[in-house]
Amino acid sequence: MLKFVVHRLFATLPVLGIVAVLVFLLLRLTPGDPAAMLAGDAANAMQIEHIRRSLGLDQSLLVQFGRWLQHVLQGDLGESFYFKMQVTQLIAQRLEPTLSLASLSLCLAVSIAVPLGVFAAWRRDSGFDRVLMGASVLGFSVPVFVLAYVLIWIFSLQLDWLPVQGYESVRNGFWPWLRHLILPALTLSVVYIALIARITRAAVIEALGEDYIRTARAKGISEARVLIRHALANAGIPVLTVIGISLALLLSGVVVTESVYAIPGLGRLMVDAVLARDFPTIQGVVLFFSGLYVLLNLVIDLSYVFVDPRIRY
Amino acid sequence: MSLAHADLAPALLELRGLTIGLPQQSDRPDAVSSLNLTVQRGEIVCLVGESGSGKSSIALAIMGLLPAGLTLRDGQILLEGQDLVPLHTTALRALRAQRMAMIFQEPMSALNPVMRCGAQLDEVLREHTLLDPAARTTKMHAILHEVGFTDTSQIIAAYPHQLSGGQRQRIMIAMALVLEPALLIADEPTTALDVTTQAQILQLIASLQQRRGMGVLFITHDFGIVAEIAHRVLVLHAGQCVESGTRTAVLQQPQQAYTQQLIRAVPTLIARASNVDPNAAVVLRVQGLSKTYDAPGWFSRRKATQALHQISLEIRRGQTLGIVGESGSGKSTLARCVARLIEPTQGNIFLGGDDIAHRSAASLRPLRRRVQIVFQDPYRSLNPRMTVGEALIEGPLNYGVSRSQALQNAARLLALVQLDPAVMSRYPHQFSGGQRQRLCIARALALAPDLLIADEAVSALDVSVQAQVLALLEDIRTKLHLAMLFITHDLRVAAQLCHHVAVMSHGEIVEHGSATEIFSHPQHPYTQTLLAAAPGRHFAFAQ
Repeated sequence: MLKFVVHRLFATLPVLGIVAVLVFLLLRLTPGDPAAMLAGDAANAMQIEHIRRSLGLDQSLLVQFGRWLQHVLQGDLGESFYFKMQVTQLIAQRLEPTLSLASLSLCLAVSIAVPLGVFAAWRRDSGFDRVLMGASVLGFSVPVFVLAYVLIWIFSLQLDWLPVQGYESVRNGFWPWLRHLILPALTLSVVYIALIARITRAAVIEALGEDYIRTARAKGISEARVLIRHALANAGIPVLTVIGISLALLLSGVVVTESVYAIPGLGRLMVDAVLARDFPTIQGVVLFFSGLYVLLNLVIDLSYVFVDPRIRY
Repeated sequence: MSLAHADLAPALLELRGLTIGLPQQSDRPDAVSSLNLTVQRGEIVCLVGESGSGKSSIALAIMGLLPAGLTLRDGQILLEGQDLVPLHTTALRALRAQRMAMIFQEPMSALNPVMRCGAQLDEVLREHTLLDPAARTTKMHAILHEVGFTDTSQIIAAYPHQLSGGQRQRIMIAMALVLEPALLIADEPTTALDVTTQAQILQLIASLQQRRGMGVLFITHDFGIVAEIAHRVLVLHAGQCVESGTRTAVLQQPQQAYTQQLIRAVPTLIARASNVDPNAAVVLRVQGLSKTYDAPGWFSRRKATQALHQISLEIRRGQTLGIVGESGSGKSTLARCVARLIEPTQGNIFLGGDDIAHRSAASLRPLRRRVQIVFQDPYRSLNPRMTVGEALIEGPLNYGVSRSQALQNAARLLALVQLDPAVMSRYPHQFSGGQRQRLCIARALALAPDLLIADEAVSALDVSVQAQVLALLEDIRTKLHLAMLFITHDLRVAAQLCHHVAVMSHGEIVEHGSATEIFSHPQHPYTQTLLAAAPGRHFAFAQ
């Protein structure tokens, strides 16, 4: 088990390396000059050239990359062009809102989607099942920003139950924190509710066709227990896998949601950095997300052991 | 007086005019039509029939577990006098495990793979009794002991995949019998087991039945098993009762043509006399063949397993060599090595004059034509999206035969395996199991091989179909003068077809000789055990 973890962690290094190269090159191959952006409209060519030199952007790509990599290996993601502070510090500041939003969205998605999926599987082809499957298509296809504005219009503007925008740190109390996050989390989780419910339904339907379900029924076990202890327990692997994928997708989903709800998280940071052509910040955040993603996948893989005793690492 | 009382008491189980409907567009309207059947206390009634005869539907109908699509159209199911048909789900659920219980064919898939065996057994007690945890544990140990486990604590903590097939079926029996039901329904409970394990499980069921005075409805397709344990027999064909009576009456004086045909198709353990040319050319010679499966990775704790150890054998043209062994004996590994689907660790495999044991994939290609395999499962060994014609000519086209010639040849082969050549444009799902196995045989023969390997090729088939396919294989062997490697777990099947037999156990050949010698004078204790375990060997079936 420990060897597996170590092995896997080592295997992620090349992945992170490729991500680093790709994001580095991609930024430099797209149009837009960070120096010109920083200098503003009034600056002349010499001033821009001066800024470019001070940022080290006049060097060859290889030298720039080498220098950046050297710093990254020492745990230093560089200094933001735009915010004028360390990228690591910047990420640390913006981490709490994003993690709050992502984890609340995921909890919401799982706690709604799994029961829905199990029930739909049990009552397969019933009216409930059809409505749920139809609704899930809708859930997939509604753009996040449309949903966000509709929710804001209903719950904040018309009913006045929840704040329109903004974020309160959990340090200022749980209730204000939750009130500010309910709408963003709901917005963000809709797609994942649809996704997880569909996969849960499919996995439970498959499990319900297995022989051990027939055995359980032949033992006279109650339907609820058949569904949860036998069918859902065996559907655990696909459900867990899709939850893992959802987590990864959530990390990119926060970009739009944080922008709409004005939450000062990593997603917002990413948008601001892209608009400002702030290379070190973009590189740092993308690398951080990749690392997080790889780590989450490892955790999901390891959790299979608890779901299925036949899996050993 | 007690006799009079027994007459008045209702039968343990009585089916009256039971009719189970099939979905529309089926080959017949009813899975089971107007069936009457009685099981008394202390009696084992065998329900015999081929696949599709409706025997499992009857069992599931009694338990109230008919799958969607099958409907109970008519009739009564009386358990101890009480009609189960109008009962509500909750009332029915209370009867399960308490008054009637069921065990199934596949003990691996019938147990929940992610639950400990103890938890699955405990579940029955928790659902149906008010016992406290300590009392439940005591009861669990007692029943596990009764079904033959000595290390009961270890079994309670084990997951199903950690146990053998026989152990799993014992767990199933323990779960079924822990609440001492009056009726046990056993649906082919030994079909997936090795012959020696099968003998043990049959004995266990028979002894528990006697000790508890239970009634048992035992479903099987195997007349050997019927001969072992039945008190009474009911023969089922296409959902209808063909014949019923006591064991001796049905097996020794069958009245109906269908029953007679089934009993005639039962293979016996007597080797059929064979005259083969002892000086025919050697097609396959295997020398000192070993195969070791390495541990899968550098972080695994598993040790390497030796699947084959120093195997030597030879097959001449026009001869059939049977490899007989139980699961895990290495017989399939041997087939795979000979066909070079896997590479042996050591030894030589001479095909004609060429040693193919350690050749590279590229240099094997021209030789592959000469060895062809027919596998066990005819449902999964044909590509469902390829027409029969395409499947038959795919191989020859690979070896440069022209399309028109390959098609001509395919038509000839279909005729050889007794199928209409017009079926070439059809897809595999349009054929029955027996027909599919004929297609697989034709596909193997399309490359005109020197050696045909049949890996459990008739194990998945009903006895009457099995008899036909065996006859076909025999016919092909004589017509084409083929060498055949016939791998089976069933001694009775081997006796029908093989000239020579090699008995395998734990990767080694323990006994090797002519079929006549092996079946009449087995020397090795393992061979003797295997022969002794074959069901129905002492019973004189009607001829």
